[in-house]
Amino acid sequence: MLPVNYYLILSAVVFAIGVVGVLIRRNLIVVLMSIELMLNAVNLTFIAFSRYLGSMVGQVAVFFVMAVAAAEAVIGLAIIISVYRQRRSLDPQDMQLLKW
Amino acid sequence: MVTNQLVLADYNLLRWIPLIPLLAVVCNLFWGRALGKKFAGALACAAVGASFALALYVFWQLPSNGIFRDSIYTWIDSGSFRVNLSFQVDALTAVMLLIVTGIGFLIHIYSLGYMEHDEGMVRFFIYLNLFIFFMLTLVMGDNLLILFVGWEGVGLCSYLLIGFWYHDSNNAIAGNKAFIVNRIGDFGFILGIFLLVTELGRQGIWTLDFLELQKHASMLSPASIGVITLLLFVGATGKSAQLPLFVWLPDAMAGPTPVSALIHAATMVTAGVYMTARLHFLFVLAPSTLSLIAWIGAATAFFAATIALTQNDIKKVLAYSTVSQLGYMFIAVGVGAFSAAIFHLFTHAFFKACLFLGSGSVIHALDGQQDMRKMGGLKAHMPQTYWTYVVATLAIAGAPLTAGFFSKDLILWQAFSHDATALWGIGLITAGMTAFYMFRQLFMVFHGECRANDHAKAHLHESPAVMTLPLMILAFGSIFTGWLGAPEYLWGNRWDLWLRPVFGAAEAHEGSVGTEVIVTLLTLAVVAVGIYFAYAKYGRDGTEVEQRAGAGGLLYRLSLNKYYVDEIYDHVFVRPFTAISDFFARFIDPWVIDGTVNGVAAVTRGSSQVWRGLQTGNVQHYAAGLLVGTLALLAYYFGQS
Repeated sequence: MLPVNYYLILSAVVFAIGVVGVLIRRNLIVVLMSIELMLNAVNLTFIAFSRYLGSMVGQVAVFFVMAVAAAEAVIGLAIIISVYRQRRSLDPQDMQLLKW
Repeated sequence: MVTNQLVLADYNLLRWIPLIPLLAVVCNLFWGRALGKKFAGALACAAVGASFALALYVFWQLPSNGIFRDSIYTWIDSGSFRVNLSFQVDALTAVMLLIVTGIGFLIHIYSLGYMEHDEGMVRFFIYLNLFIFFMLTLVMGDNLLILFVGWEGVGLCSYLLIGFWYHDSNNAIAGNKAFIVNRIGDFGFILGIFLLVTELGRQGIWTLDFLELQKHASMLSPASIGVITLLLFVGATGKSAQLPLFVWLPDAMAGPTPVSALIHAATMVTAGVYMTARLHFLFVLAPSTLSLIAWIGAATAFFAATIALTQNDIKKVLAYSTVSQLGYMFIAVGVGAFSAAIFHLFTHAFFKACLFLGSGSVIHALDGQQDMRKMGGLKAHMPQTYWTYVVATLAIAGAPLTAGFFSKDLILWQAFSHDATALWGIGLITAGMTAFYMFRQLFMVFHGECRANDHAKAHLHESPAVMTLPLMILAFGSIFTGWLGAPEYLWGNRWDLWLRPVFGAAEAHEGSVGTEVIVTLLTLAVVAVGIYFAYAKYGRDGTEVEQRAGAGGLLYRLSLNKYYVDEIYDHVFVRPFTAISDFFARFIDPWVIDGTVNGVAAVTRGSSQVWRGLQTGNVQHYAAGLLVGTLALLAYYFGQS
């Protein structure tokens, strides 16, 4: 069996990729996908520890995260669609009205 | 002091005495215009008449040592401190009730004629009825707070009525002056009330109720009683126009003449005397305050009389005369003769109201003319006004067997028999001056040749019956009310007997009947001298009134210009005050106050100029901020462990 460290490192890398995606990509759909990446990186950590510690609690948490992620994707995509219909653009830099 | 057995009884009729005029106010306020001038005036008169009838009934029922009380509800209930909204009538209040409603009723009737041609007649009667309501509250309140409510209420009505013809800014200014000067007095008054409550509260007695106060007055330390009575007296000097706060009363003559008669002669200005009499149990415990009151009273009586000697405005003479007579009342209060003070208050209400209404009748006939130099010879044209004026003048001068004779003599005798010879001397000289200026006025207005212009002469007429009838009743009272308080060597003092349960038995007079008669004769001699001088200067034939007055002398000019008191006050108080206000308006307000407020705003805006750059509106920048923050927290956490 692979040591748990490997899973954790992989999960950290995926998470970091997700963060960078959220911060620098200029397409909202990709930003949403990056958020999914981060969530799944967390899921990976949960699973790894669940297995390592022999406890089922981590897997329960994963199901919760997946359910929330599904709901979040639905709402996020709905918002993205309606934004696109309004502005014909998905670039977050075009959406800066909410400021001083 | 003899303790009196007072009998307390509930009496639910009392509330209607002040309430009826208030109902008339409400009615005229909402429907006065619709009802029309005539009906609104009649309603106002009827309301006061009904109050008068009720007051008479209550007076009839009231035993001399009884107190009727009508508790309506508890106004303030805080711990052991409790103030009821309740009215009470005892012997003293009954007298005041009859004065206020009785004289008030006559003056209301008179006003029907006097204000007939005035646009604001409905408004006038609303104010007048409101005044009656507050005055009744003042005299009927069974605790100091209710009294104070009435006290402030009559001040308000006085202000409203002085400035009744507000189109002339002088009248409005006179109203303001009265209000502001009274504020100074009232400030002292309310401080006195506060001090009284806290000092008694320190002894465990939290009350403002007169009966309770009377019971516990002796628990106060002499020093605190001195201060309390002094502060209360400051209130009295404001309301009753004593030195140094008398300046508002002469200016108050700007109001319609019935107002001068009702508020500024008969009732409101005597509130100070009533208040000191009501709280006599406090004042007698403070001998130093009492002697100060006596001296202020004497000084005011003398000072105002000297001013009245030379005034040419018919109402100003009467105004200073009122100030002077109020001074007499305070002399009586000061020597502890409260019943004599109230007696003079009572008789003064009649003859001074009669004089004011008579002067109003003259002014009415001359179409607003108030300068006595432009009058004269009105005797033939206005016989009824003339004869009532003569009676009232005799009464105020103190001619034998008139009301003023008995009441003024009683005060002078009280001063004399209480070893206050100096006060008595001042009172005596003032009595002579009173006779002089009143007869001077009588001669200038009614005798000699008519100095009015032709236009006014053509319109000369006697006033209608609605005005002369009250005059006659008041003139009647100017003689016979005095008979209630005759000295012992005639038929005895009924008045004192009636008020004895309130004030306690008068101390035994030192001095025999013989001395009393001699003192009286001396007063009469001085009065006769005053009348003679008035006749010699003004009475023969009054064509060249000014030359005969001895114009030009320094004293004459001092008196004519009222000792420049107004000018002195103007320079010492008013001008510096306006200068300071001006300074504040010009510099402190725009620079310091506005500067502070605007400065805070400017600093906020300036700093936000820098920081608001952080808020770009771009979600990804915020996310980066979150990331940096999280990393910083993590670094801190791991750095710790």
